[in-house]
Amino acid sequence: MNKVLGNKKAIALFVVPALILYAILVLVPVVWSLYYSLYSGSPGLQWEFTGLDNYVKLFHDKNFVNSLIVNVKYVLAVTVGQVGLGLLLALMFKFWLSRCKTIVRTLVFFPVVLPTVAVGQLFAKIYEIQPNYGLLNSLLSAVGLDNLVQAWIGQESTALWALCVMDVWVAMGFYSVIFYGALLDIPDDILEAARIDGAGSFGLFRHILLPLLRPMIITCLVFSFSGTVKMFESSLALTGGGPGSATKSLSMYMYDVSFTYNNVGYGSVVAIVIFLICILGSMLINRFDVKEKY
Amino acid sequence: MKKVKSGIKGVIIFLICVLEVYPLFWMLTASLKQQHEWSDNPAYALNEGFYFENYVDAWTRGNMSTYFLNSLICTVVSLLFIVIFATTVGFAVTKMKWKMKDTVAKIFSLGIMIPVATCLIPLFQIYNRTGLLNTRICLIITYIAFGLSLSIYLVQGYLRSFPDDIMEAAVIDGCGIYKMMWHIVVPLMKNAIVTVLVLQFFFKWNDLLFSMTFISDSSLKTVQTGLLYFSDEFGNKNWGAIFASVSMSVFPMLLVYMGLNKKVMEGMTAGAVKG
Repeated sequence: MNKVLGNKKAIALFVVPALILYAILVLVPVVWSLYYSLYSGSPGLQWEFTGLDNYVKLFHDKNFVNSLIVNVKYVLAVTVGQVGLGLLLALMFKFWLSRCKTIVRTLVFFPVVLPTVAVGQLFAKIYEIQPNYGLLNSLLSAVGLDNLVQAWIGQESTALWALCVMDVWVAMGFYSVIFYGALLDIPDDILEAARIDGAGSFGLFRHILLPLLRPMIITCLVFSFSGTVKMFESSLALTGGGPGSATKSLSMYMYDVSFTYNNVGYGSVVAIVIFLICILGSMLINRFDVKEKY
Repeated sequence: MKKVKSGIKGVIIFLICVLEVYPLFWMLTASLKQQHEWSDNPAYALNEGFYFENYVDAWTRGNMSTYFLNSLICTVVSLLFIVIFATTVGFAVTKMKWKMKDTVAKIFSLGIMIPVATCLIPLFQIYNRTGLLNTRICLIITYIAFGLSLSIYLVQGYLRSFPDDIMEAAVIDGCGIYKMMWHIVVPLMKNAIVTVLVLQFFFKWNDLLFSMTFISDSSLKTVQTGLLYFSDEFGNKNWGAIFASVSMSVFPMLLVYMGLNKKVMEGMTAGAVKG
């Protein structure tokens, strides 16, 4: 048994090809980005070692600060929206629904499987105002709310929120299915006992369900967070980062700097910042989990 | 009173379902509309007839046929390798006996946290220097490399509860490691493999960032990149064709989801629950 499982040749065959591919295409680039971030210009074109200058430059760069703020707003709104509404939906499925559970879950999960670009194009048409009213504006106008008709993604004040609504729409079904699974794992006797002790719906949620669901909520927050920090596809597909730079995220800014303006060194700094935010943010959220255990 | 209350609850849930599904229904009806319907009727109106010309337009003039083929090739090939690598590496680091296995497992799991954007610039440089830019190969190997971490992690989760006795029995019966892998381990891991396949299929089919960065040749573009630039090519006015192409890109997902919706839900959520 041990001889078969300790077969060195087989182990090498199983692990080495994947490891090489993974190391070259995933691990090396992270280190490489770090190295690039100390240079300015692009390789072969005014490529100079500038040390930490790029990092200093970040704080004076209005565009960077702007995309950082956009990204933070987006992460907060979408993470809270996705996880919060997901939880709410799951509670509805569990306590309100007696029939059709499978059908409802299937329908609600549906948008999750759609390609982001397709969703972006679809919502672009929903929010449209020119040349014809899109779905939203035509509905508003049909019910007599003509004063609410506006260029939802064409003006800075609403573009980011329109984007957030779209991403919450896409993913809330996903989180509701996860939470629903977790709710089913909670034994009915606990709920029954709490009810007998006189817990109201809110009390039940606050004192029984919330503590029991806590690990799952944290997992979902981390998952949603790491997805939203990368914010790229959905805003590119819906608004292209506009109007102006109202929906331009860090990833989009990095993309512009390094591929449109060819400033690879400076783009790498932004890439490193995204990496750090991703790691630190997840660690921060996970901290809430550890405290409870001990 | 109780009846009224449950009625209200039912209505709320019904409204939620409508909210999630109506935009898609609208998209389908919109893809069958003729140009003049957009200016004559409000946007929420149903299509007057079934104008399939939009689909023909999108498929031929909009190059959707090429994009579909490219997406299909890249997705299928990378999925094949992801499954092979994930099962072999996952098996090697959980069940086989060697010194470095925990370290290697940890190295692979690091990748779950690494944002794609961080690797993009160096990858572009690598492919540029090796002349792989604008080929399907660069897209495929990138897909494989970035699909490994989560897939291996999921496979490990399944393998931890995999009974050792079965392997023991196989060894006593004279199975070598390769035979055991193929005839014993893989068939018993069918569930894990399906989960990985479903999850990665959606990730790869929906990829935009890699394909738009590495591919500029329009004969090699994938569906997602094609869609993104679709309205530029068709002009912003041809809504029918745009909707037809968007609907088309949604159909494969729809089919997979209709056929395997339970498996899809399990597979997609496994990434979150276990990741």
